[in-house]
Parts: sequence; C-alpha cells; structure tokens
Amino acid sequence: MRRAPGLALGLAALVPLAFLAVFFVLPVSGMLARGLWPDGRLDLSGVPEVLGRARTLRVLTFTLVSSLAGTVVTLLLGLPVAFVLYRLRFPSRGVLRAVVVMPFVLPTVVVGVMFRSLLAPGGPLGGLGLDGTWVPILLAFVFFNLAVVVRTVGGLWEGLDRRAEESAATLGASPWTVWRTVTLPALAPGIISAATLVFLFCSTAFGVVLTLGGLRYGTVETEIYLLTVQFLDLQGAAVLSLLQLLAVVAMLALAARTRTRREQTLRRVGALAAARRPRRGDIPALAATALAVAFVLLPVGTLVVRSLRVGPGWGLEHYRALTDPDATAALRVSVTEAMANSLRTAVDATVLGMLLGLIVAVVVSRRPRSPRWARTVSVLDGAFMLPLGISAVTVGFGFLITLDRPPLDLRTSPVLVPIAQAMVALPLVVRTLAPVLRSVDPRQREAAATLGAGPWRAAWTAEAPVLARPVLAATGFAFAVSLGEFGATSFLARPDRPTVPVVIYQLISRPGADHLGMALAASVLLALVTVVVMGVVERLRVGSVGAF
Amino acid sequence: MTHTRPRRTTTALTLALTTGLVLTSCTLTGGGDEPGEDQGAPASTESPDAEGGDDDASTDGATDTAPAPTPADTGTVVLAAHDSFTLPDELLAAFEAETGYDLEVQLSGDAGQMANQIVLTAGNPTADVVFGIDTTFATRVVGAEALEAYRPDDLPESVEEHDLAEGAEAYLTPVDYGDVCVNIDSVWFANEGIEPPQTLADLTDPAYEDLFVTPGASTSSPGLAFLLATIGEFGPGEWQGYWEDLMANGAKVTSGWTDAYTVDFTAGGGDGDRPIVLSYASSPPFTIPDGGFEPTTRALLDTCFRQVEYAGVLAGTDNPEGAQAVVAWLLSPDVQAAIPDSMYVFPVDDEVVLPDLWAQWAQVAEDPIVVSPRQIEAERETWLREWADIATG
Repeated sequence: MRRAPGLALGLAALVPLAFLAVFFVLPVSGMLARGLWPDGRLDLSGVPEVLGRARTLRVLTFTLVSSLAGTVVTLLLGLPVAFVLYRLRFPSRGVLRAVVVMPFVLPTVVVGVMFRSLLAPGGPLGGLGLDGTWVPILLAFVFFNLAVVVRTVGGLWEGLDRRAEESAATLGASPWTVWRTVTLPALAPGIISAATLVFLFCSTAFGVVLTLGGLRYGTVETEIYLLTVQFLDLQGAAVLSLLQLLAVVAMLALAARTRTRREQTLRRVGALAAARRPRRGDIPALAATALAVAFVLLPVGTLVVRSLRVGPGWGLEHYRALTDPDATAALRVSVTEAMANSLRTAVDATVLGMLLGLIVAVVVSRRPRSPRWARTVSVLDGAFMLPLGISAVTVGFGFLITLDRPPLDLRTSPVLVPIAQAMVALPLVVRTLAPVLRSVDPRQREAAATLGAGPWRAAWTAEAPVLARPVLAATGFAFAVSLGEFGATSFLARPDRPTVPVVIYQLISRPGADHLGMALAASVLLALVTVVVMGVVERLRVGSVGAF
Repeated sequence: MTHTRPRRTTTALTLALTTGLVLTSCTLTGGGDEPGEDQGAPASTESPDAEGGDDDASTDGATDTAPAPTPADTGTVVLAAHDSFTLPDELLAAFEAETGYDLEVQLSGDAGQMANQIVLTAGNPTADVVFGIDTTFATRVVGAEALEAYRPDDLPESVEEHDLAEGAEAYLTPVDYGDVCVNIDSVWFANEGIEPPQTLADLTDPAYEDLFVTPGASTSSPGLAFLLATIGEFGPGEWQGYWEDLMANGAKVTSGWTDAYTVDFTAGGGDGDRPIVLSYASSPPFTIPDGGFEPTTRALLDTCFRQVEYAGVLAGTDNPEGAQAVVAWLLSPDVQAAIPDSMYVFPVDDEVVLPDLWAQWAQVAEDPIVVSPRQIEAERETWLREWADIATG
C-alpha cells in the first residue's frame, strides 16, 4: 500500500514523457541528425565555420542580453502588478486582470505594426526617436510577458497566509524588511518559475524581433530561420540549435538549483481571506500597476482606434466584415468561422495541455527521499520546459522528416496542431501549478493517511483545495496560448481550416486599407474572446472545492 | 516515485504506452474535430469521405484523420500551398464535380517554408501536388528531385514566356505572376512639387534622401525580389555599390512588407513619412480613395522584378492522375480569371478577362528585370550575406 502511489505516479509520468519523446525529442534530433550526420556519417566540418562567424557571436550575445534584460524588466514591473491584482481587493480588479493578459494572445506581427505606428517618426511617440533601436524590442518583451509574471506569481501569492507578514510587521519590521525576509522567500519559487518562462519566451521570440528590430538585431531564433528557410543550410542551423539547446539546459539547471534551495512549505488560506483593501502604503505598487496598465493599453488602444478608422471617417465596417464570408476575396472563410476553428483547436489543446501538465506538476512536486530519484524528478521538470526554448523552425521541420512513416505518419494529421500548441501550453501549466503544489506540506498528506485515507484520497484532501484556483488560472492560460499561437503552427503542414492568427496574417499581407482594418478588427476580436473565456473559466467554482 | 523497478520493465512500458497513447490520442482528438468540421465550414474543401473506412485502414492510427492519401483512398487529391493561397469555393466545388476527386488543400506557412517542406519530404510527400513554388525557390525544388515531370496539354500560348529553362519547365508549370516594383505616392510628390523618381538609379539621387522604404531581402519575399532586381539591373559585381549608395541616401529597411507599406509608406493606411515604397505592380488599385476615381499611388514599371508562381506534381504521390488534374485545373480559364481578385497576381493566360479595376489600373512591366532561377539558387546565400552586411549593418 505504501508503494502504490509512487508506482502509479511513475507510470503516470510516462504519458507526458511519451508525448515529449514523440513530439519534441524525435523531431529535434531528426533535424540535428540531418544537419550533422548528412550521409550517415558524423560531419562536424561546419561547426568551426559557423562558430567562427562574427555574426554568430553577435547574434548569441544579443539574444542573451536582450532576453535577460527583458526578463528583469518584466519581473520588476510584474511583481507590483501581481501584488495589486492578487493581494488587494478593489472594484474592477477582474477587468484589470483581463487587460494585463490581452497582449499574450495578440499576433506578434500586429503588435509589431502597432508599436511601430506609435514609435515611427510620423507616429504620436515619434519624437522619442526609438524606432529601429533595441528599445522597442525590450518594450515588446515586457508587453507580451507581463501576463506570465503576473499570473504565475499571482497564483502563488493569492493564497499566501498574511499572518506571517503581519507578525513581522507587528514586531517592528519595516515594510521593506517584511518583503525581503518573509514575502520574497515565500514567493521565490514562483518568481523563478516566471523568470524561466519569460526568459525562454524572449530568447525564442521571432516575429516581434524582426518587425521591431528592423533586421539589425538578429537573434539565434531569426538566424535559425534564415539558415533553414532561406539557405536550407541544415548544418549551420543544427549547430545553432545545439547552442540554443545547451544554453537553455544550462539556464534551466541554474533555475532548478536556485528554486530548490528556496522552496518552503507555506501556510495557505483562501484567496478571499488573504486579499485586503488597499492602504496608503500600497501607493507605489498601485502606481506601478497603473503604469503597467497604461503601457498595455497604449498599443491595444491604438489597435482599437485604428480598427475603427474607415477611410477618412470612423465606423464599424471592419467589424461587420468579420462575419461576412465574401467581405474579401483574400479569405475563403469569414473571420467568425476562423474563430470557431480557433476555439475548437484551443479546446483540444487545452484539455491535452492540462491533462499532461497536471500529471507533470504532481510528479515534479513530489520529494523522493532517494537523491537519485530527486535528481530524476528535477530533470523531468526541466525537460518539459525545453520546447519553449527550441526554435519552432527546427521542431516544425523536424515533424516533417521524422513523423513520416507508420506507425507515426502524423505529418499532416489535424491532431498535430493542438498537440504543438499543447506542448507550448504545458510548461506554463506546470510552472503555474508546481510551485503551489510544492508549497503544500507533505505532512498534510501523511496526516490524512494516518487518519485512514488511501494515498489518492490523502493527496486529494491535502492538495485539491489549494490547487483548484491555480488549475482554473492555468486552464485559462493554456487556452490563451492556443488561441494566440502562430509560430509553431505555421511550420506544420495543416489542413485548410484556418485559425484566427492565420487569417490575420493573410489579411495583413494584402495591400489595401480595408484588409489592414479587418486584420486589426480581427485582432481586437481575438483579444476580447480570450479575455472573456479566461474570465469565465476563472469564475468557475468546482463544487465545494473552489468555494473556500 | 520512490520505487525502483528493473529498468527493462520501464522501457517496455514506455514503448507500449507511447504506441498506445499516440494511437488513441489521434482518434480522440480527431473524433472531436469532425462534427465541428461539418458545422463550421459549410463550403470548405474538407472531404467528408474520411468517415467510411476508418477501421479497415489498418496501416496506421492516423489514417482516419490524416488527409494524406493511402492506396485505399484514391478519391482524394491533396494540394499543398502557401498560406496566401485562396480561390473561390465555387471553383473548388466545380473541380470536384467535374473530376470526381475530393480536393483537400494543405497549407504550410509562407512560400519559403512551403518550398523547404517540399524539399525535405522529397520522395515521400504529404500531398500530391504543389502550388506556389516561386521563381526564387524553383531551382531548389526541382534540384531536390521532389517533382515528377508533367505538363498539361493545350496550355495557353502565353504560358511559355514564364517558363523555367534548362529542363525545369518539364516539372513546374507557371500559374500566375506578379511584378515587384517600387511604388510612389503620386499625391505626395504633386503636393511637394518634386519630380518623382523613374528608375532604380534615381533612388540614390539626393533629391530622394530619406524617402524610400523597402522590406529586407533576408526576411521578405518581395524584399528578396527587390535585391534581385538591383542585381539584375546593375550586375553581379556592381549591385553592392548601388546598395551602399542607397543606404547612404537614407533608405529604410524593414523586416516585412506589411510594416514597410502600412507603417512607413505615406499612402498605405498609416501615418508614414516615406512616399517611396517597395510593393507590387498590383498595389495601386487598392489606393483609390472612397469616392475617388483613380489611385493615389503608382508603380514604377522600370524597377520591376517578376515573380512567377508554379505548380507541379510531387514525386512519390499515390495519385498522379489526380495531381495532374489539379495542375491542369489551375491553368483552366475559370481559375485563371479568378486569380487576380483572389491572390492579387496576374494569371499567366493573357486571354482571360481581367477584373475592371485591374484592367484599368494594375499594370505589368513590359520589360521586367530578370535573373535566372539557377543563378539565384547558386548565389542566394552569398548575395544575402553581402546584402546583410551592407543593408543591416
């Protein structure tokens, strides 16, 4: 009996592992093999050549520095926002939470165009002279990833018991000391989780770097695209992919070490009990939140305003055109039909991502006593982050050359799209749930077991209550990832059932103000649908469990 | 996780689970998709035939959902195309009605992504026929032996002038073409009282300092076409000097056509400040203002590079007849006539009637700049690297 849950968990872990093996490891090694073992023999002749290029070094440096800077700035802005949106209680908090998430699903090319419209010499902020510099890239990193920090950290923060902080304050500690000695250590695993995700997203950002960097600032990701798609230089691409892989693994190892050292069990309470009304001392955090909301709303607002511009005047024509299949010959389906496609794919991807993500989160949150198993768990944890750090070009083309014969002839199967999206959502799910699970004192499970509960029952009693809200948050997040995903999806050969990001891309690549207007209107619709769906998901209450 | 089991058992379990999982997951997710297909896309090209032999197609677990044809399923023909491919539903339906094939369209990213997918899957394709291989990728695809020789009978005469050379024309049939040209905002030039430029060489004239914006050659297909135009115009050893002058004259390089046209161009719907942009010969008709009668922009026809898009039968297809039927259909008068409005390019058949707006305002270059596809494939990497050094610093 003692052994059963461990065994069951081990077996359960095989399911997501199998997915990772088939849909990530296999395709990536396939592409690497094409590049480095072209004719069945190891050929490393290109390695020194690629590494020796001045461009390679420049690209690597820029990727590292810009991703680090993006991560730091996003964290600095995201933490106060997470505090305000998850620890304070005030009207319209729900709306603000939704606003912060919106950027996450906006198509990068649309955001790129909006940023450039603001910052270009003729735009409202043209006077700043930022167009074509690295600053907009950094701003875009923050714009897209703010949601990751706010939600990952917020999910952990939300249920944190306030009493430890309050005792410290009563004993005379300054707010800064309280934050440094009580709050920060409690949040550290969540913060490190968020930082890991943001770093990975930044280092593999593609469209936004291209649009905003104006080609001057290549990253490893854009370079792999160039080598693969323009030059079909698979060897050069393989070398860069390996470098990318090494860097990501090193970063994940570092993050895992830092995280494990800081993990502690936390006393958790219901969110309602933890949230309080704002006080005077919260003004800096409230100000930072206002800044963040304004920062998010500026490009989104530009988007909305421009989607309403019809010729010289204003109107809803572009929105009306979304439901009309004959609005433009550039599209074969109406945007609303594409939205239905998007939603269906997103449901599949979310179910899959949540199922696998839950299993992984539960497995990696266990603390095996044997050091070897502990290490295994930690490697497992990192392994599921990898898909975020590896180029979509490599994985996408890898699918084509490895999943090409029975029993895995899946190259054109419609299930590949939700699977690819689930692989992107999965790390987010794990990183949202694992810190929460790890904060549950294992003795609670043991206590339940002592009282006669079976292992499953014990886990359920101890962990389900704290997990309910983060699970809903993760579900909403996974859904958003799937709705907005374009990069990985665009490299798959897929049946002609366009999703909204694909349709937006088709529209925005056509001349004519009407196409641009429709693309912008479709982006607004996509953001709205996401926000509504996430809002609804988070308001769900799972029986008595979520009611607190 | 505290248990330790003999490793061999675990491996066997992994294998069993992997296989089982992949098989079941396909049917589960695929099954969930199907009702949606029917309600969601009334006029889509999805073939409803997949329901039939689900269980007896025992070759693999994906057959029921994968559009890839199997020997038991010759009724379907799969067309691989880039994301910009679109044709009216009536035409797709007409093809199915006339030939009895079910036509499935499979999209695979932009033209470059798709061309490379075809190369990487040469001999074991995911589709039967491909549309949208362009001038710049044609040699790569033919060279990879990814295509089967086929050329429809009774081609319109005008097709020949777009043909590839050196035997490649046996594999790829031209379907449409578009000219990538420098466009100008005529209204801006009239208002400023400046004489607009005419040729590529004019763009380095100080009179046009800081007025030109183009998408980059390494990230944009029209951007590459423009680089090729300058190479064709000035010669393989001379274009570098031209680009240095162009950049010194304040030319702006963006990553894609979209932001060059909609953000930086003065007449692209945004608030741009550059009245000269790289775009297409077919762009001007889209700048006719509401209530106006003529476009506010104009293409400079001496600056054009011609991009032809080709179709071909994929080597290793299970359905060569179906694939051939699709190529022939793409060259049929009905499809050719629909091409301008659907895909914003010119049909290769010059006898079809162009839409009014096109006939009136969209011009083609009489004498476009030419670089041979073979030379493009051979030199692409060198050219792009040299270009990147000059244009992107």
